[in-house]
Amino acid sequence: MRRFRLPGTWKVRVGYFLLSIFILFTVIGPWVAPYDPSYTGFTPDLSPSSQHLLGTTLLGQDVMSQLLVGCRETLVVSFVAGVIAVVISIIVGLTAGYVGGKTDEVLSLFIAVFLTLPGLVLLIVIISLFPQGQQANPLVIGSVVALTGWAWGAKVLRAQTLSLRNRDFVEASRIIGERRWRTIFAEIGPNLLPVLASSLVGTVLYAVSVSTVLAFLGLTPITTWNWGTMLYWAFANNAALAGEWWWLAGPCLAIALVGTSLALINFGIDEYINPRLRVGNLSNRERKRAGLSRRPKLGFTPVHRVTPVIGAPVMAGAQTGPEVLATEATASTPAPREDHP
Amino acid sequence: MNQIPANDAVVATTNGITRGEVILEATDLVRRFTAKGEGGLFAPKKTLVAVDRVSLALRAGEVVAIVGESGSGKSVLSRLLARIITPSAGTLALRGTPIDLRSRRTTAYANEVQLVLQDPFASINPVRRVGRSLERPLRIHGTPKDQVQARAYEVLESVSLTPPQQYLDRFPHELSGGQLQRVNIARGLSVRPKVLLADEPISMLDVSVRLGVLNLLRELCDAHLLAMMYITHDIASARYIADETAVMYAGQVVERGRGTVVIDAPVHPYTQLLVSSVPDPDQLTHQEHRATTANAVGFNLEGCRFSPRCPHATELCHTSEPPMVELEDGHSAKCWLVADAAQRTAVSMRPGPSSEG
Ligand SMILES: Nc1ncnc2c1ncn2[C@@H]1O[C@H](COP(=O)(O)OP(=O)(O)OP(=O)(O)O)[C@@H](O)[C@H]1O
Ligand SMILES: [Mg+2]
Repeated sequence: MRRFRLPGTWKVRVGYFLLSIFILFTVIGPWVAPYDPSYTGFTPDLSPSSQHLLGTTLLGQDVMSQLLVGCRETLVVSFVAGVIAVVISIIVGLTAGYVGGKTDEVLSLFIAVFLTLPGLVLLIVIISLFPQGQQANPLVIGSVVALTGWAWGAKVLRAQTLSLRNRDFVEASRIIGERRWRTIFAEIGPNLLPVLASSLVGTVLYAVSVSTVLAFLGLTPITTWNWGTMLYWAFANNAALAGEWWWLAGPCLAIALVGTSLALINFGIDEYINPRLRVGNLSNRERKRAGLSRRPKLGFTPVHRVTPVIGAPVMAGAQTGPEVLATEATASTPAPREDHP
Repeated sequence: MNQIPANDAVVATTNGITRGEVILEATDLVRRFTAKGEGGLFAPKKTLVAVDRVSLALRAGEVVAIVGESGSGKSVLSRLLARIITPSAGTLALRGTPIDLRSRRTTAYANEVQLVLQDPFASINPVRRVGRSLERPLRIHGTPKDQVQARAYEVLESVSLTPPQQYLDRFPHELSGGQLQRVNIARGLSVRPKVLLADEPISMLDVSVRLGVLNLLRELCDAHLLAMMYITHDIASARYIADETAVMYAGQVVERGRGTVVIDAPVHPYTQLLVSSVPDPDQLTHQEHRATTANAVGFNLEGCRFSPRCPHATELCHTSEPPMVELEDGHSAKCWLVADAAQRTAVSMRPGPSSEG
């Protein structure tokens, strides 16, 4: 068996690292927050100090505490939205792609409509339909955001399923007598994973910004703490004009960092899941040590080879282990396939 | 080069099968496809007959080659025989037992009849290790878990991929085309089928490894009394491997014969065209013949399908379909040129065009 290996590039590692910090604070944020985020008894308008790491607001609240407490709601809403959107897009996209025909036509139309609808307007309308008490419920907000964010994923999944459905290996799986559902899930499914994962990451990213915007506009209750309501209060009190940068910097930076981490992870998903891009199953460092190009050149199939000869031209996809490429019994000269001329 | 273990470890030959026994028999198989016609939503549907009344018998230890140009229905025929698409008409019998073609294809059928698809690069799941692709059919067909790996080793050895443990743990993209096609064949063989349908097994391969795979197929067939259908574009490879050759044109078998007679002494003008486009049939060349495609000229649906392209076509050829005529033992052709005079007069005296085959 091969070792489990975290995805190789530094980008992805940074992405995972950042995201895990935010996830940690989602869990422990409210407990480690130094003060009650709604407590207004501090000196107002303090710039960052050891007492108040991110300063205090005009109302005399601790910004750091608000940020830590608000992390939970923002991320929970976003992940709920992401998961629900992906589930909807799997159902709609896979069905449209696999069943085809009239079903596909109807579902595709449906997808197209949701893609072109102005999402924010729809959100505002739908949110206002809920009773006041429900509007703060992360599940409610998450589902509503998901409702406007699933269409892109569904479109991509449909296209991917369509292209996979008639691939020979799907047919081959039927030939050996595999059951239909196993063919769909065990053969087509894994090939959809990169698309699924990146669509999940994309929707979460979308949900972070949309839920923040909703709160910022005051469309969701402003009495709970999340990064959107923080910005709402900051702008309501003219923080920007008053030069209270610390009040804005916290939530803005946090949103930007979450976004960055998700984008970085997205970079790595393809490489991690698509074995073709995992050249020789070597990490970057090992590849470098073996004198190989760090990433597969576009359009070149990585090839397993004998341990590279020192001084030979740099080749992609070498195998450092003792494993030796068996040359074709009938091949006349096993000409080396090379990455670079 | 490709030594098959002499002890017949791969497929038991003592299943009461004798060499030459008919294993899979197809009678008058037809497959139609309907496609939306051109010209918008309400255009009439077009029907395409991809396989038209094809009868075929696959015998233990023998290779039947199906030759024909692109689009002649070879792949559709192989899928019909493997029962992954349903025929529009016709019957199938496996070892003499007729098969209910409306019923679902059973696991038992999958076990007896295996199809090796054309493109090894596409027919093995790219995200799975080769070992898994090989072990799945074994698991489906009831090999106990603890014997699966041993069996996988065995089949890999039988297709000359040694040492086998070196291949099981690889991903498809880490193997060469020839190795991949061997894996593909190994997957087909792993469940000890009685019939192997090989759809252009060498067309995607490098010239240098083609002969190896061909020899391998021939040896497997001889050693394990497999009944094999070998589909190809390449008439020279058919001559090399086949015990019987059938030439397909526009979904129909137009000429067939035992041994090399079809290629050495073709009587149907289409076969003659195919053969003449190969420079030297004694050598296995990699040159694909490049005759004008049928689609460019169109088929004749009333008379002989080939008549629009045929240099010898007469009025009769355009209006009525020739019968399959046996010329000598095991060699027959579907052409008015060779049809018996009595049959010709019978047809030309009838008022309308005949569709009798
Ligand atoms: N699923 C399908 N729907 C409609 N038409 C089809 C379908 N499958 C095959 N056909 C048609 O049937 C005809 C025969 O196709 P087939 O794939 O059997 O050709 P072939 O002889 O295998 O060609 P090649 O040598 O290029 O593989 C073609 O005209 C093709 O367009
Ligand atoms: Mg084909």
